[in-house]
Amino acid sequence: MQRAVTRTLLAPSVISLLLWMIVPLAMTIYFSTIRYNLLYPGEHNFTGLLNYEFFVTDPGFWPAVNNTLILLGSVLAITVVLGVALSALIDQPFFGRGAVRVLLISPFFVMPTVSALIWKNMMMNPVYGVFAWLSQMVGMEPMDWLADAPLLSIIIMVSWQWLPFAILVFVTALQSQDTEQKEAARMDGATSWHIFRYLTIPHLARPVAVVIMIETIFLLVVFAEIYVSTGGGPGYDSTNLAYLIYSQALLQFDVGIASAGGLFAVVLANIVAFFLIRAIGKNLTV
Amino acid sequence: MKFLSRAALVSAATISLGISSLASAVEEITIATVNNGHMIEMQKLSSHFEKANPDIKLKWVTLEEGVLRQNVTQDIANKSGLYDVMTIGMYETPIWGKRGWLKEIKTDASYDVDDILPAVRKGLSVDGKLYAAPFYGESSMIMYRKDLVEKAGMTIEDRPTWGHIRDVAAALHKPKDGVYGICLRGKSGWGDNMAFISTMANSFGARWFDEKWKPQLTTPAWTHAVSFYVDLLKNYGPPGSSSNSFNEILALFNEGKCGIWIDATIAASFVSDPKQSKVADKVAFAQSPVAVTDKGANWLWAWSLAIPAATKHAEAAQKFVTWATSKDYIQLVADTQGWGSVPTGTRTSTYENPEFLKAAVFASAELKAINSANPEDNTLEPSPYIGVQFAAIPEFQAIGMATGQMLTGALTGSVSVEKALQSANVSADRQMRQSGYY
Amino acid sequence: MNLKQKLKVRTWIVGASAWGIALLLFFPILWMFLTSFKTELQAISTPPTLVFEPTLENFSLVQERSDYLKHAINSIVTSFGATILALLIAIPGAYAMAFYPGKRTKDLLLWMLSTKMLPAVGVLVPIYILFRDYGLLDTRIGLIIIFTMMNLPIVVWMLFSYFKDIPREILEACRMDGASPMGEVVKIVMPLAWGGIASTGLLSIVLCWNEAFWSLNLTAADAGTLTSMIASYSSPEGLFWAKLSAASTLACAPIVAFGWLCQKQLVQGLTFGAVK
Repeated sequence: MQRAVTRTLLAPSVISLLLWMIVPLAMTIYFSTIRYNLLYPGEHNFTGLLNYEFFVTDPGFWPAVNNTLILLGSVLAITVVLGVALSALIDQPFFGRGAVRVLLISPFFVMPTVSALIWKNMMMNPVYGVFAWLSQMVGMEPMDWLADAPLLSIIIMVSWQWLPFAILVFVTALQSQDTEQKEAARMDGATSWHIFRYLTIPHLARPVAVVIMIETIFLLVVFAEIYVSTGGGPGYDSTNLAYLIYSQALLQFDVGIASAGGLFAVVLANIVAFFLIRAIGKNLTV
Repeated sequence: MKFLSRAALVSAATISLGISSLASAVEEITIATVNNGHMIEMQKLSSHFEKANPDIKLKWVTLEEGVLRQNVTQDIANKSGLYDVMTIGMYETPIWGKRGWLKEIKTDASYDVDDILPAVRKGLSVDGKLYAAPFYGESSMIMYRKDLVEKAGMTIEDRPTWGHIRDVAAALHKPKDGVYGICLRGKSGWGDNMAFISTMANSFGARWFDEKWKPQLTTPAWTHAVSFYVDLLKNYGPPGSSSNSFNEILALFNEGKCGIWIDATIAASFVSDPKQSKVADKVAFAQSPVAVTDKGANWLWAWSLAIPAATKHAEAAQKFVTWATSKDYIQLVADTQGWGSVPTGTRTSTYENPEFLKAAVFASAELKAINSANPEDNTLEPSPYIGVQFAAIPEFQAIGMATGQMLTGALTGSVSVEKALQSANVSADRQMRQSGYY
Repeated sequence: MNLKQKLKVRTWIVGASAWGIALLLFFPILWMFLTSFKTELQAISTPPTLVFEPTLENFSLVQERSDYLKHAINSIVTSFGATILALLIAIPGAYAMAFYPGKRTKDLLLWMLSTKMLPAVGVLVPIYILFRDYGLLDTRIGLIIIFTMMNLPIVVWMLFSYFKDIPREILEACRMDGASPMGEVVKIVMPLAWGGIASTGLLSIVLCWNEAFWSLNLTAADAGTLTSMIASYSSPEGLFWAKLSAASTLACAPIVAFGWLCQKQLVQGLTFGAVK
């Protein structure tokens, strides 16, 4: 009886997600085995694994896998480290704390396309960008961010967007930290660093796991920022898997190869998820 | 089951949209267009069309070029019929026209189809049938700072050699004073850096494909052209060239930071407009430079209005397309905005109008450039494709894009020119092989 | 220096550095806001124009060119619609997983999350074709369906973690009174997890509002959201930075203001069950 109830309650989410997953997935699998270019109607011959071969032997493939992982790792590291530091900072009392918190979390609400446009045109532009102006003021040659450090530029943009999310979660967690315990430690002569190191950090272990989990889901498929700013270049220096698939699907209109690429991305995502869960799984409420 | 769910969805959709669809006895047509200035103007002036045709209501979707291309290609290839009029270029028109995806543009006598510039008309037709009506056309030419060139004691004639351009760029290049010798496109994309580099390569005697459709990117002509381009920008170009395309350079030029700029003729109307440009009274124009041939040395493009075959409002769409590309429309823009703002590059009659010639300092240079471009005879050695700065085959987008990315890499110095062209050739070869050209 | 003075200095240092960092991180947004009041020439001038006479020209141009209100309404309808729908679907599911966990609950949750890792562009064509066949292209209903499915995994997971924090005893007491499972959800779980449900909803609204890929590719004239409005201002032929800033400011203002208003709720609610 209870099992039936559980099933009924679970049914809507499971069935809708199953449909959402299975139907496009089945179509994607089918498309990935035929020759299907939008610009060539009517020629849908079965090609076996040819599309997979083309995707994997694409000169952009290995750079894309690398960049995807580098982007993921760097943004996770930056947002978690800075997020912990900043939320510990604003967890202390000072003038205008509320306002500071509002400012800090604002980038999270800005659309990724807009934020990439701001960064590209108004911050990083080597001629009239704010960064160029600053470096000229201190007598340095302005740096051409998007050309000389494309992946780093993307990492900066994406970190800027996700840092507020990390701060939000960590601040929430810090608010629930036991203040009496902290006071007691202070009474016993513990320094601020010690309190941070031995009380705050362990307390943050689970929120960190949560942030890593959620950000990973989004960071594996970062797209808008690359599309708007570097266009995956120069060369393949800032192409990630999502962008590579995009260029197959919507620049070259080759649905077959794009489908093969999409399936590959699923495999990669699951590999990452597997390691991730082994690494931080015990900290997750799952 | 399938039928049921479909019915449910349709009825849900009907309920939600019911009000609007019931109220409209008038025909609604949806127009997809690019967000360039002339099209924005068309959208503003379209109220005149709606007044004259009260039974037609226009709905606009204005998008940036890249997104527009994706959306209309999805729409037309999947025959979803979201759009009744779409703005496409000279690349898509022959390919889609041949596929039967577009309706032929039928015009009456008052439209005067023979008034359309021959090069443009040829580029938009398949077997003599017009598949898109040109809204505005462009070629490419040199724009330069008269004052700086004079001060350096030099001149730029029509069709100068690339060597001369390099010398002038060297003389003008004063980064300390915030002036860079030459600004050229470097951002990757088949419509961005490759549009320019293709014309440059053409003039160095290169071609995209030989008669057997084999990619030719490793030929000495290509290597020569691209090395010249990379050296030019490295020595006398602004920082950040690899992310510069039309707009970025326009901003630089209008700020007075470029000595020479070679790009779309449409830029002439922006750089000579004192409202946008700090150097409006200091610019002069010349025909594109050449190396070994003037064949294909300047490109040809026309943003045009086409009607997808899947539309349910073909007649209304025809009406709109002929209105927006007519002589009367040009006159309407002239009356409301002045002759300096009319869409150019489409009709002979525009360039015969004395008022236009007076208002547009760039008119004669632009006409000369457009007339000298021939999409069917574009390279020194014979080539099997149509198009100056592209090859009008479906594979070209992919090939042009991959090549563009490689050459941006060569520009930033992350790979050598030879290496970049080699890998571009390999991927072009892959693509052509996959498509069964050989 | 005595302890009090020491504390005062400390507070001062903490405050100054927090303000400094916050302003630094907020600067790009501020800059976009300022640029939207400049002329196109001022927007690209070097060194940047800091003192200028603000103009509203860009905003009136944007309003003249694109129907801001229509896009804004589409954004509101789709993000709220999808959020409500996702909550309706997810609440019973999360409840069942939290209170009647089975052996495979963990796997089920992870599977749900993994459905989010497929790049949207990989399934664009299948979805596009399905939407075309069912007449969902360029409709708000279509977007609501997409947004719902897009966020459902996260919504389920967040709710699940809140529900798990509800003390079992309360439920059991209630069960003795003979409440039905659905009644249990409505009467007991909802009020107790209200904070969690609200912040889950807020997060979902923000994610829907900022979604750009699907809203660009599946809409045309009718259902376009604010993110698709931005695409008509980026990189035309000609100078566009000031106009783009104005359009971006208009597109982001509602959600940023909404985020500011609800930040207390968000800060209290984003526990992900991570707080014990």
